[in-house]
Amino acid sequence: MAKVTTDTVDHVARLAHVSLTPEERTMFARQLDDILAYAESIQSLDTASVPPMSHAGTDEAFREDVAGDSLDRGRALAAAPDPADRLFRVPRALGG
Amino acid sequence: MSFLWSLSASEIAGRVRSRALSAEEVTRAHLDRIAAVEPKVDAFLHIFPDRALATAREVDKALAAGRSDLPLAGVPVAVKDVLDIDGIPTTCGSRMLEGYRPPFTATAVKRLEAAGAVPLGKTNMDEFAMGSSTENSAYKKTRNPWDPTRVPGGSSGGSAAAVAARMTPIALGTDTGGSIRQPAALCGVVGLKPTYGRVSRYGLVAFASSLDQIGPFSRTTEDAALVASALFGADPSDATSARRGAPDFAQDLACGAAGLRVGVPWTFLEKGVDAGVMDSFRSALAELERLGAHVVDVTLPHAHHAIATYYIVATAEASSNLARYDGVRYGLRTPGNHDLRHMYGESRDQGFGAEVKRRIILGTFVLSSGYYDAYYLQAQKVRTLIRRDFDAAFATCDAVATPTTPGTAFRLGEKTDDPLQMYLADIFTVPANLAGIPGLSIPCGFSGGLPVGLQLLGRPFDEASLLRLGHAFERATPHHEALPPSLGD
Repeated sequence: MAKVTTDTVDHVARLAHVSLTPEERTMFARQLDDILAYAESIQSLDTASVPPMSHAGTDEAFREDVAGDSLDRGRALAAAPDPADRLFRVPRALGG
Repeated sequence: MSFLWSLSASEIAGRVRSRALSAEEVTRAHLDRIAAVEPKVDAFLHIFPDRALATAREVDKALAAGRSDLPLAGVPVAVKDVLDIDGIPTTCGSRMLEGYRPPFTATAVKRLEAAGAVPLGKTNMDEFAMGSSTENSAYKKTRNPWDPTRVPGGSSGGSAAAVAARMTPIALGTDTGGSIRQPAALCGVVGLKPTYGRVSRYGLVAFASSLDQIGPFSRTTEDAALVASALFGADPSDATSARRGAPDFAQDLACGAAGLRVGVPWTFLEKGVDAGVMDSFRSALAELERLGAHVVDVTLPHAHHAIATYYIVATAEASSNLARYDGVRYGLRTPGNHDLRHMYGESRDQGFGAEVKRRIILGTFVLSSGYYDAYYLQAQKVRTLIRRDFDAAFATCDAVATPTTPGTAFRLGEKTDDPLQMYLADIFTVPANLAGIPGLSIPCGFSGGLPVGLQLLGRPFDEASLLRLGHAFERATPHHEALPPSLGD
């Protein structure tokens, strides 16, 4: 069904915010095509009346909606590449 | 053997509790063993002797003060580098997290420490747990203790190799598609993937959240049971952790294998299993029958769709989970980018290795407009069919048996250029993750000098039957006692 081209890979890489080298584009197009061709075997199964299964959890429960302790701000910021006072600083998001 | 590093966790805990041994001397013996054999194996990414010795002294102090309730007193443990320990680096085998030190400790590690265990170090793994050989680590290649030219399996290859090489009696790993059971089989040790929800995932770096589960490696099923009893249980910090207490599996072990029904899905095993692996598997079934288990035929009609289903579901979840690595809150940020979009793209390009990028691209593709229904939704429906197959099988048996892997440990580099071939090596392990059921791999023989694993799968929350079968099998067979020839000291 899907024939993966380097254009497909470029489109998906943009969606996923991953830059790729030219070699990776070519390699991934070929490998994803192989993998998806293999995965097409499941498309012949009749699943019209089968509900989807998103997880195998059986008896999880919601907790009471009460505030608890959370991570100290200084510790939460400690691993950031560019913390600024109480904030995470990033390059310009708009314009340019 | 009289070396302290040759003792099981149960033996260590008993002797430390009775004060015949101190936790500190046990820790030193294992740190010495690591110094001696780690250069040949490369199982660890970080070793923290000072912290380990300090923890051991705390255990000794608690025992001296009268504590008697430490089931893992003084037992060394290695921790896969995907589980956080406050202030200790967590890399996930990735450049993306080089230098990252988490500000919290995983519940799984906390529970073992509360039981008296002593973490020694963090073990090597495929980057973000994506792989079946540990070759996708950005830092080093771990070698199989049975043959240094071969892989230890993956993604928890460091943990499996560390236990096989007697650097630690127990280790923690994670299993999303077989990442505990497959390396356990390839390294000749015991690996337990618990039921989904048994073990809190708090402090575990997420790969595929509906499939990930933490579990132990050990050299005996008795030790796996001991660790499981300490590890299992509800945690308010993980909403998917099951609201159940931790059973005392030691009592189950005493029940033996008699009367348990072991189902074999022969049709699923028809193709692709090496002859030597199949010989060991058939001998193991005969042994289980001698021990009083009944071997019966079962069918898993959709199991051969599990790899396709798994690589759609797991990569979809991974592409979402790994969106958090954006160079903002933690992890790598490449310098010199003048706008946000380039900063994201470049940081993720340089931080992630090829397999992680491949899975992010595949996962994003199957979730993208125009392909979602055909791939992701269809895979979720097939997941239901796979789960129903197991429900039906467990109406006529108490455990499903397969070889853990179709072959023994492959050579380093043998499958790195063909991702699909690497994925197909997981054919017998991924169905359990999709169904959410428990699985145990135990050593059941050798083929060409390399270990073979027997996999036993159980009903949800029935780890007890698997541990009973495993323990009875071990008491009747010598496979788990074998020491890798090059590491005999």
